[in-house]
Amino acid sequence: MVSGGVTSVTILLIVFFLFREGIGLFGSPAVEQGYVVAVNQENTVRDLSPVQLKDVFDSKIANWSQLGGADEPIVVFRLNDIEQYVSYEELGDELQFIPQCLSKIIAEHPGMIAFFPDTYLSPDFAGKLIDRRNITPGEFFLGDEWFPTATPAPLFGIVPLVTGTLWVSLAAILFALPLGMAVAIYMAELSNDKVRKILKPVIELLAGIPSVVYGFFGLVVIVPLIQRVFGLPVGETALAGSVILAIMALPTIITVAEDSIRNVPRSVREASLALGATQWQTIRRVVLPYSVSGIMAAVVLGIGRAIGETMAVLMVTGNSAIIPHGLLEPVRTIPATIAAELGEAPNGGVHYEALFLLGCILFVITLLISITAEMMAAGKPKQQI
Amino acid sequence: MENQTIISAQGVNFWYGDYHALRDISLDMEAHTVTAFIGPSGCGKSTFLRLLNRMNDLVDGARLEGRILIEGEDIYARGVMVDELRKRVGMVFQKPNPFPKTIFENIAYGLRVNGVRDKAFIESRVEESLKGAALWGEVKDKLKKPAFELSGGQQQRLCIARALAVQPSILLMDEPASALDPISTSKIEELIYELKTEYTIVIVTHNMQQAARVSDRTAFFYLGELIEYDETKKIFLNPEKAQTQNYITGRFG
Ligand SMILES: Nc1ncnc2c1ncn2[C@@H]1O[C@H](COP(=O)(O)OP(=O)(O)O)[C@@H](O)[C@H]1O
Ligand SMILES: [Mg+2]
Repeated sequence: MVSGGVTSVTILLIVFFLFREGIGLFGSPAVEQGYVVAVNQENTVRDLSPVQLKDVFDSKIANWSQLGGADEPIVVFRLNDIEQYVSYEELGDELQFIPQCLSKIIAEHPGMIAFFPDTYLSPDFAGKLIDRRNITPGEFFLGDEWFPTATPAPLFGIVPLVTGTLWVSLAAILFALPLGMAVAIYMAELSNDKVRKILKPVIELLAGIPSVVYGFFGLVVIVPLIQRVFGLPVGETALAGSVILAIMALPTIITVAEDSIRNVPRSVREASLALGATQWQTIRRVVLPYSVSGIMAAVVLGIGRAIGETMAVLMVTGNSAIIPHGLLEPVRTIPATIAAELGEAPNGGVHYEALFLLGCILFVITLLISITAEMMAAGKPKQQI
Repeated sequence: MENQTIISAQGVNFWYGDYHALRDISLDMEAHTVTAFIGPSGCGKSTFLRLLNRMNDLVDGARLEGRILIEGEDIYARGVMVDELRKRVGMVFQKPNPFPKTIFENIAYGLRVNGVRDKAFIESRVEESLKGAALWGEVKDKLKKPAFELSGGQQQRLCIARALAVQPSILLMDEPASALDPISTSKIEELIYELKTEYTIVIVTHNMQQAARVSDRTAFFYLGELIEYDETKKIFLNPEKAQTQNYITGRFG
């Protein structure tokens, strides 16, 4: 009880700090820090979400009417486009007239949207600034695009990462659980000492291999195999990730499940056999139900390993942050995202905060899974098993 | 009823690895009798009992010589279905060992593993078995309760009922009352007396009075050997061997 309490407090503290670091995200401006987005004075559109901004600057939205404005083609303006509108003389010897030029260009083009540093904002600016807004929780939790380097507004939608994580992990556990249970049952119930003496060290060895090595193995063996078998353009897919994770989760599942099967009292086993049950009936109807809580623990630990695993997944899943529609598409998981991007994210910046919040999400997911498994184990009426 | 041999051991020797646990045991048991095995602990009573339903098959490195016939059939012959044998030869263990299931499911278990699906049949057999084990009155309102909620004595009678449900012809009991209080013990003894009309019972006990009360014949084991086997009355009143005399009068063991 005491150690459980200490563990809980520690975990809560960790989550608290993660969360404190991450929650700042929702107080940060949606548009890149130090920049502004401006439109012509006549333009009625004032409010643009990060996704809309990205679509506008990617020319996916070409007319203001699509954004609720007048029927006017959109003209995108970035600072380095300035030479197309004004001459070098107008900009001045030391480029000191940039603010005035910007103001003039925007005033002349009714359909223009401009993105430039706020230091070039002249006091008598002739255009209108798009409303400053903060990143909203809705955009974070429900956004379906993760694109932290997008300009003018980075996109922090976690849906593709969460679905990627869930796809990979659930598929991994789906592969690993039946195989792991089969091996555990075999080792605990059927194998003789000789076989066990060979199997046990092999399984322990599997558990001890660093995940980078699994990653290389996946890259060299699994990825090309998947590419060939399914005839895909690239083999780096969710499937490759889940196969690797399944292999990595196997030792945990086998060891924990085997222990719990072994812990079933001999007397209960004998009771079943003495009633004329076959060995298989005894395993299925008495031994497995009796060890159900241990098996649940194996599942939780296995999923935990799978969901939190970083390196191997990073190496074989293709890392594309789009919502996957199947196992044969590249995905990107939460841990892989954090590992890959934390180094590039400026300390304390928006991106940095977003990654911390991702960490919180990962924690919440694992917590939910553990609680569900616990409830399934406890809720299963002991007498009916 | 005719005196009909149902169990016949012929020159049985048994080893746990190198340990010679049973030495040249031969004895016949008759149908619808209660046979008690007595002897100091470690003398091989349980070992011999567990040979009768091939429970020792589970022990690594065990070896048997000699023959054991049940209803005329050599149970160690090649091709014998062990699970079929165990349905004919039920067993009750020293410690109550109900399954972590409901009372009902404990009894139904033996039927279910036999492929019985008919609900009504299972229900009637459960009731019958619980009545047979003198437990029905106490549990009929809580069949859906976990078996672990019963007292130790009730659990043991549940285990007896569970064994009865598959309708064996022989019931092996390994010190079934040793973990129970006197009242539960006397209930089990009464039960044994009643069950004898339908079943052949072999009971291991280290309680001399119990052997004397419940059994028709008694076998005295000592250091893996069968010292004396006779009518219970004869064993207790007028044994042939001095060793038997010493044991039942409590001079050793
Ligand atoms: N599974 C086993 N492996 C090895 N030796 C055993 C095993 N079971 C019992 N024995 C030994 O066989 C002897 C007889 O045991 P047992 O039949 O249990 O005696 P009893 O039931 O008369 O007390 C004892 O010496 C015991 O230590
Ligand atoms: Mg014994």
